Amino acid sequence: MAPRKNTAAIRTFGDHEVIVPENKLRKAVSTKPMMPGEEDPVARAEKALAELSSEFGSWMESECERLDNARRAFNKDGFDKESKDALFRAAHDLKGEAATFGYPAVASAADSLCRLIEYTPETTRVPVKLVDQHVDAVRAIYREYSRSDAKDLAALLTSRLRDVTDEFLIYENRGRPDVLEQIIGSASPSIVPE
Amino acid sequence: MVRIDFNRLRFLVIDDNAHMRRILRTLLHGFGAREVYEAEDGAAGLEAFTHHVPDIVITDWAMPIFDGLELMQMIRQPGANANPYVSIIMLTGHSEKKRVTAARDAGVTEFLAKPISAKGLYERLVNVIANPRPFIKTKTYFGPDRRRNVNPTYAGPERRKGGKADVIRQAPLLEKVRAPG
Repeated sequence: MAPRKNTAAIRTFGDHEVIVPENKLRKAVSTKPMMPGEEDPVARAEKALAELSSEFGSWMESECERLDNARRAFNKDGFDKESKDALFRAAHDLKGEAATFGYPAVASAADSLCRLIEYTPETTRVPVKLVDQHVDAVRAIYREYSRSDAKDLAALLTSRLRDVTDEFLIYENRGRPDVLEQIIGSASPSIVPE
Repeated sequence: MVRIDFNRLRFLVIDDNAHMRRILRTLLHGFGAREVYEAEDGAAGLEAFTHHVPDIVITDWAMPIFDGLELMQMIRQPGANANPYVSIIMLTGHSEKKRVTAARDAGVTEFLAKPISAKGLYERLVNVIANPRPFIKTKTYFGPDRRRNVNPTYAGPERRKGGKADVIRQAPLLEKVRAPG
């Protein structure tokens, strides 16, 4: 494909403008074919990530520790916004990273904790015991990951946590139909393109 | 097949998690990028954006101080910075429809849900670089055209008003000064 020409332009319509800005990224589009023996960029990046993967175990350990510390602070500091946000971010990071680090079964438990924190209407109503159970589950799944039945146990544990969490959230949000729709609807696939 | 010279582009990665920044840097270097800058929260990200003037911003959503969505709203201000048209990829664990819609309405160029993969990131980058979309400016929105394609089965009313804009002709100041009375 030939690089695009610079087509910076503004067209004005009744209630909007269509702006074609100068294409500053055009400089990176190349029509040169790949050289013989040249590696595909995705394969090259995957290889670089594989080389980094020796560190993933210790990263996972530190992320679990961060979640545990955030839980302790949340319980100790009386559910203020700062400690709640720190707990949410720690769980949310684990949800996003666990699969990349090679521990996909941890992500679902972390996701359930995120839902519990995000959809509980009042910070003071976040149930401490259920938070503890989620954090302990995340740590246990990570710790026992080498067991042959680890994934099955993780799925059972997470499923139970999620059921209890949903039951609590549906009750807490009984007067908020828009939130209820999100809680129930979030079980369906997202629209994010694969 | 489109081929991208990543070494001709400057990237800014904004994520409060050092591990995720390292993974993104590794992937971008793997693609061939050389210039990859990092920031650890929204405020530092805005400062780095102003300082380094990146070609592509990859940002997390959940961050302290101000989050990725707020950062994007600050960047997408025509005339307020060097490049309000910069390509922004939102990389986040939030994948719910409500979140994706909010990111789209704040002017995101591409949305990529975690867990990250080399293929997923590469595809978003190629799309951003090789298929740039025009920007739309209205009273309530400034960002890439949210209509990615024409839906031939759409039967509702056209929400954008076409035709020429109403132009109220203003006499040049010099003419006003010269005008008698």
